[in-house]
Amino acid sequence: MRSRLLLFLVTAGLALSFPAQAAAQASIKVGEINSYSGIGAPFTGPYKAGVEMAVEEINAKGGILGRKLEVLFRDDKGQPAEAVKHAQELVESEKAALIAGTFLSNVGLAVSDWSKQNKVMFVAAEPLTEALTWSKGHDYVVRLRPNTYEQGRMLAEKAGKMKYAKWATIGPNYEYGKRAWETFRDRLKEKKPDVQVVGEHWPTLGKIEPGPLVTAIMSQNPDALYVSLFGSDWLAFVREAQKRGLFQKTFVVGILLGEPEYIDPLKLEAPEGMLVTGYPWYDIKSQAHQDWVARYTKRGDKPPVLGSLIGYVTYQSIAEAIKRAGSTDTAKLVAAFKGLKVETPIGPITFRAVDGQSTMGAWVGTTKIDPARGVGIMVNHEYIPGEKVLPSDDETKKLRPVN
Amino acid sequence: MSLLFVQLLSGLANAMFLFLIASGLSLIFGVTRIVNFAHGSFYMLAAYFTYSLSAMLPLGPVAFYAAALVAAFLVAGLGGLVEVLLLRRVYRAPELYQLLLTFALVLVVADAVRFVWGADNKTGPAAPGLAGSVPIAGQLFPSYDLAVIVFGPLVALGLWLVFHRTRWGILIRAATQDREMVAALGVDQRRLFTGVFVLGSFLAGLGGALQVPRLALTTVMDTTVIVEAFVVVVIGGMGSVWGALLASLVIGVLNAYGVLVLPKASIVLMFIVMAVVLIIRPWGLLGRPEVLLRAAGGAVAGERRAPWHPAWLAAVGLVLLALPLLLPTFWVWMAIEIFAFALFAASLHLLMGTGGMVSFGHAAYFGLGAYGAALLLQLAGWPMPLAFLAGPVVAAAAAAVFGYFSVRLTSIYFAMLTLAFAQIVFAVVHQWDEVTGGDNGVLSVWPPPWLKSPVRYYYWALVFAGTGVVLLRLVAASPFGLALRAVRDHARRAEAVGINIRALQWTAFVVAGFFAGLAGAIFVFLKGSVFPVYTEAPMSVQPLVMVLLGGVGAPSGPLIGAAAYKLLDTVITRYTDYWQVGLGGILIALVLAFPRGIAGVLDWRRS
Repeated sequence: MRSRLLLFLVTAGLALSFPAQAAAQASIKVGEINSYSGIGAPFTGPYKAGVEMAVEEINAKGGILGRKLEVLFRDDKGQPAEAVKHAQELVESEKAALIAGTFLSNVGLAVSDWSKQNKVMFVAAEPLTEALTWSKGHDYVVRLRPNTYEQGRMLAEKAGKMKYAKWATIGPNYEYGKRAWETFRDRLKEKKPDVQVVGEHWPTLGKIEPGPLVTAIMSQNPDALYVSLFGSDWLAFVREAQKRGLFQKTFVVGILLGEPEYIDPLKLEAPEGMLVTGYPWYDIKSQAHQDWVARYTKRGDKPPVLGSLIGYVTYQSIAEAIKRAGSTDTAKLVAAFKGLKVETPIGPITFRAVDGQSTMGAWVGTTKIDPARGVGIMVNHEYIPGEKVLPSDDETKKLRPVN
Repeated sequence: MSLLFVQLLSGLANAMFLFLIASGLSLIFGVTRIVNFAHGSFYMLAAYFTYSLSAMLPLGPVAFYAAALVAAFLVAGLGGLVEVLLLRRVYRAPELYQLLLTFALVLVVADAVRFVWGADNKTGPAAPGLAGSVPIAGQLFPSYDLAVIVFGPLVALGLWLVFHRTRWGILIRAATQDREMVAALGVDQRRLFTGVFVLGSFLAGLGGALQVPRLALTTVMDTTVIVEAFVVVVIGGMGSVWGALLASLVIGVLNAYGVLVLPKASIVLMFIVMAVVLIIRPWGLLGRPEVLLRAAGGAVAGERRAPWHPAWLAAVGLVLLALPLLLPTFWVWMAIEIFAFALFAASLHLLMGTGGMVSFGHAAYFGLGAYGAALLLQLAGWPMPLAFLAGPVVAAAAAAVFGYFSVRLTSIYFAMLTLAFAQIVFAVVHQWDEVTGGDNGVLSVWPPPWLKSPVRYYYWALVFAGTGVVLLRLVAASPFGLALRAVRDHARRAEAVGINIRALQWTAFVVAGFFAGLAGAIFVFLKGSVFPVYTEAPMSVQPLVMVLLGGVGAPSGPLIGAAAYKLLDTVITRYTDYWQVGLGGILIALVLAFPRGIAGVLDWRRS
């Protein structure tokens, strides 16, 4: 720590006097903005490891267009204004060819809007809001992860075949929570017209009162509960729900809750029998993926979580786009991302020409405790590619602003 | 019926945790007058200690309980150390410098926890023997929560015995009421303060340790709990342990029922209750009116009355005019950000420095200025210059309403009421999706093409921020500003010479709100978007830290503070993920080295 601080003080002085002259022209720089502190912090560490792994592999094979790929990491602290400041610094001072990353939806939207205004390519990795590629979409932004609409639909397709008629929901009082529920509810009602909603609960993000909420939900007697809580809210909710017997009475459908990020911290307290979207890295049979898991685990001595894969694939995609563009020129990058095919550890994905949304999908399955590893896992899972749930090109065009 | 009963029990269990944390905070404030932001950090540390210790101690089923107790004692010791090594050095500094120090501690502890335990969320062990639940009124209720409901009153009883049956406790009560009198009677204040810090930190530690079987451990649990704890303390009355108990019960139970009745209001319920209580009872439910400190007014030394010297002003103006032609583009943007925050901090300085009114909710006006400009541009289609100027008017209008109620209160109660209003503003912009876009914010708020280039927007920002800062300085040096200072230094005498205190402070509040709004408008066209987080507590803390860092007693303090804070923050963040420990460490060093702020030292040298 101390030597780091000293180093910092010395370099800080230098940086203030010569802001833009540090590195040689040889490398291609990508500005990577993410929430390494604040509310996104629990999820961005593995993402960063995935990014670093991808970059090491790309550079070991000679880089892109004969140049090394260099990633400059910046912490947005979970604040949109900070992220915009970093984008300015990365592009102006560091001459980054493009911006990538972000975890929180509002940070992603702020950076996306900045990139549109300044005509800089932005590869959004994790923000889930549909607005990013639809109502606030534009040419300079693409996004890797399946958005709230896609994940909600994947779950609704399965839940619609089940017997449950009386539904309740609980989620953070954010756009993410509300949209995740609306898509699911609408699709569910299409598939099963007798569905009836008996309660909606929107606790404040990060400040949930789990005990009273569990009691309130149980008093409404739903057959099934749709959950879009995540992070510490979800963990606290589970602990109260277990003790109060919610999971014995109510079937639970959870968006993202099969991801190791959210299920691992619960250890043996993870609820069994939930229908979830997630990432069963331990149980994906393809050779490419197993090799990737082995390489990742060897590198960091820890198995991957979904964030690791997202980080890795984001930078694979960036490398492919630059190769296809044959340059780091923004206009060529924008064109290169349209319909870009990327061979990833989980199979091929495409960045759709119509909205820049990748067709990366998610796994839908049921949770179960794995006594051997002492954590919850997903069983009977199925990979649903984005193509299956995304709206068609014509429908998508209607969702996007007309330029 | 059974539902209501179970909800009551859940509310009581939550209330007991609130009580543990809030009673310690209240105690510390009551005796030492320190607004201890680091209280939440002690709570978090104890939780993480418990998490690790319960896995390490070879005690079988007793391990968790032993770990919790050890963790609470460890944190108590740490609290004592902090008091002796850090806070004791700055008791003579102007009021609130201790606050800056505790804020720096928050940063340092947050990074220390991230460094030692990692950033990922963790769930600790269940409490052995109390992991299950018991049927109550036809529903299952966690036995651990029942145990907590019994344990809370035991702690309260223990505190009662300490305060009424020991000499030390009696001295604490005396010091809470009149600390100078206690000192005059020959009681060693240092030992009293250290003792109070140890006890307060112990209670925070106990609260954190006992949360381990219920909640998840996160690196942000410190900030989540501290605001709630302050609300409880203020509703109860600062320094009153019984008030803290009463307020905890009110908030705990209300939250539990609120989930049933008003689910949408849960985001602000607590703050609305606080606002109502403070408007009706300005010193909280069981608090007492403040004893006027006899030494009041001595805190702000070296203040010069004249506005800035014209030659000096011209020199700085020339440098600032030439700056964008010399700086690389990013630093031009950075300079604009510093201008916005310098104006933001200067507007708070009018309240804090000149008026002696510390606001914890100044971000409301900054945010409303930004939202006002953004929405008038986007929804009403106003041209940018008009929307830009209307933003601060929106902020001033809100300041007129909120200020009307706030200026009826003093000191920490004033601060907390401003915080409550800021939180209400946050809830409105956050929940009113149709107009404000909710948490997705308002996007594409850019200046028109003729103003788009960084250099042009730099001059635009310079003109408005510069004018704002100079006007604020003129206000502070005018008869109005002098009267404001008279009220700050001796309210009763000021009243006796015929000053209308409330009207005066209200006007100052509106003026400060207007210029904070102008800062927000400058900021929003720099960033291109505005989000509800701009009105939240962390945004209110920023100008507060800047004013203190620069020097609350010096006119140029907020400007120097804003520049120093923003530059430090930007440079540190660029080089390390552990920016908080860097920033916190530097802040601690600065407070210890310059206990009057940076500008305070410059002024002192001069005189």
